[in-house]
Amino acid sequence: MPEGYNSVVIENLVKQFGDFVAVDHINLEIRKGEVFGFLGPNGAGKSTTIRMLCGLLTPTSGRARVAGYDVGDEPESVRQNIGYMSQRFSLYNDLKVIENIRLFAGLYSVPSGKLEERIKWTLEMANLRGQENLITGTLPGGWKQRLALGCAVLHKPPVIFLDEPTSGVDPISRRQFWDLIHHMADEGVTVFVTTHYMEEAEYCNRLALIFRGKIVALGTPSELKQKSMTGELLLVECEPLANAVEVLQSAPEVMDAAVFGNALHLVVHDAATAIPHVRRYLSEHNITVGGIEKIHPSLEDVFVSLTSAHDLEKGWKA
Amino acid sequence: MESMSFVRFLAVSRKEFIQILRDARSLFIVVIMPVTLMLLFGYGVSLDLKGLPIYVYDRDASQQSQDLLKHFQASEYFNVVRVVNNYLALTRALDDGSARMGIVVPWDFSQRLHDGRPAQVQALVDGTDDNTANVLIGYAQAVVQGYSSDIQLDWLRSRGQLAQTAPVRVETRTWYNEDLESSAFIVPGVLALVMSVIGAFLTSLTIAREWERGTMEQLISTPVTLAEIMLGKLVPYFAIGMFDVILCAIIAIYWFYVPFRGSFVTLLVSSAMFMVVVLSLGFFISVIAKSQFAASQIALLVTFLPAFLLSGFLFAIEQMPVALQWITRILPARYYVSVLKKIFLKGTPTAMLYADLVPLAVFAVVLGMLATGAFHKRLT
Repeated sequence: MPEGYNSVVIENLVKQFGDFVAVDHINLEIRKGEVFGFLGPNGAGKSTTIRMLCGLLTPTSGRARVAGYDVGDEPESVRQNIGYMSQRFSLYNDLKVIENIRLFAGLYSVPSGKLEERIKWTLEMANLRGQENLITGTLPGGWKQRLALGCAVLHKPPVIFLDEPTSGVDPISRRQFWDLIHHMADEGVTVFVTTHYMEEAEYCNRLALIFRGKIVALGTPSELKQKSMTGELLLVECEPLANAVEVLQSAPEVMDAAVFGNALHLVVHDAATAIPHVRRYLSEHNITVGGIEKIHPSLEDVFVSLTSAHDLEKGWKA
Repeated sequence: MESMSFVRFLAVSRKEFIQILRDARSLFIVVIMPVTLMLLFGYGVSLDLKGLPIYVYDRDASQQSQDLLKHFQASEYFNVVRVVNNYLALTRALDDGSARMGIVVPWDFSQRLHDGRPAQVQALVDGTDDNTANVLIGYAQAVVQGYSSDIQLDWLRSRGQLAQTAPVRVETRTWYNEDLESSAFIVPGVLALVMSVIGAFLTSLTIAREWERGTMEQLISTPVTLAEIMLGKLVPYFAIGMFDVILCAIIAIYWFYVPFRGSFVTLLVSSAMFMVVVLSLGFFISVIAKSQFAASQIALLVTFLPAFLLSGFLFAIEQMPVALQWITRILPARYYVSVLKKIFLKGTPTAMLYADLVPLAVFAVVLGMLATGAFHKRLT
């Protein structure tokens, strides 16, 4: 395999369910050894895309190559060269840890000479040594997640697909899980991971933002934060928040206003000129203003900004 | 074409075996259910009528009437539970079900016999169960018949004539089920019932369960092929089904003393064929149902109930309305039950079982193909 080849190449991929277009002409190239994040709200088309890439769903049109194989024409070769973790925990809860591992070792035809070594590796990677005989269903969430990852990669696939791997897992386990992912990427494994946790997106080398079946932004986390925002971002501390949103959304200087925690984030063309106007609008409506400052956008801001821009363009404004 | 990998097949079937043996419910169905069904039908369902409770109202109270009643008491079919002295007590016993029949001997019974005139005995029969009532009437007539020929003989002897016992008599000899035990008729058919439950009911859950729990998605993301999943899942159930066939045959032969006259190999071969039929059916249901509950309901409806009601297991097919008789022809269980009864009771040579074995084989092939065709390795 040549160095630096693309592990995943997606060209004009479309999936339609009846009239509903779940994935709408997606194009992507993912490099070997990259941790690629697929970010988007529920129902945006993340799982549908990942399922097509694993050969579980037939694309309506378009093509995708994974690890050098076409997902439409060579699904069996694709499956031998990927590891997949679905959104729901889907190992067998009534099997022991070791029985799940042996099952997947069998399904991936791990040769008997390498079997014990791979089982040992998987148990170590998942940090489950000594727990082989526990019934899988009794494991805590984080352990289950590591076991699922272990079973998905015990045949050393060059590409792995993780569909919201950390949903429902406590923050410490989530952190450990990401360490595992990066460790594998360091060894040259390509990781394609979907998430809706913004802080997880920061761990990715590159991100694609998917919304209503379309990719609305693509780049490294810092590129996205710098380039994808049109305008500048203000943090406004004020009381009461709900009224403030209403007032500011109709202000001409404000492009967008949204509640973030106990403050407001405003998107404006120019921070310096906007601040006095914002102050005035709020005091005119008897809203108490704490501080107003210019901040660097987080991925969440980028995401809100991009998705609302996308909806405005389509006349979808809620 | 996908090539079969023995390693992957083995991985699936080992996993399936572990799951069956670890799940208390499926283990119950595998071991306890066959034994329970055998005992239930061997003991509980008896089509023989024996020791039926009857009440007697003897208005004559003579030597002769007592003789007649002794004949009833001596018959294994009747049990004279009470002698009453008024009509009301008799009808009440019929009303509340404590008697199935009441015998009333009229006050002039012995007088009429003494005078050489015909005497009558009244039998009041509970007709709620028409079948039992018919049998009761037949038994009662036989008892009275026996009694009256005894009287005739005595009467002739008292006149110094040597008469033969009765002019014409049917000499019966029963073949195949010599003791006319209904357990011998029923018990072999229980195998069909057991296999329907194991094959269709348990199997119908396996694929549906994987879809419901989301494990199917993980399974089909691996290189495992459809054929490997299907065979890997069915082989354990096949093995269990064959184990249960042998278990049930042992109970039938050594516990219920059902004669076994045919070939054991033919029993295994025909059972294997029927197993393929019910497994395919169960698998097909499981593939199309995708929910465990729906699958189990459909499986019950299309395999267990027909096997129970229309296979000839309990109710003779020849006695069914013609339309139903035709329907039984499309039921695989009918052919299997027929083979079972012939192997156990008649010892019919295998070469003469083709009328049953050929349809069974056709069902096995057709349903097997149907199940294979319905299973897709894609999400929709």
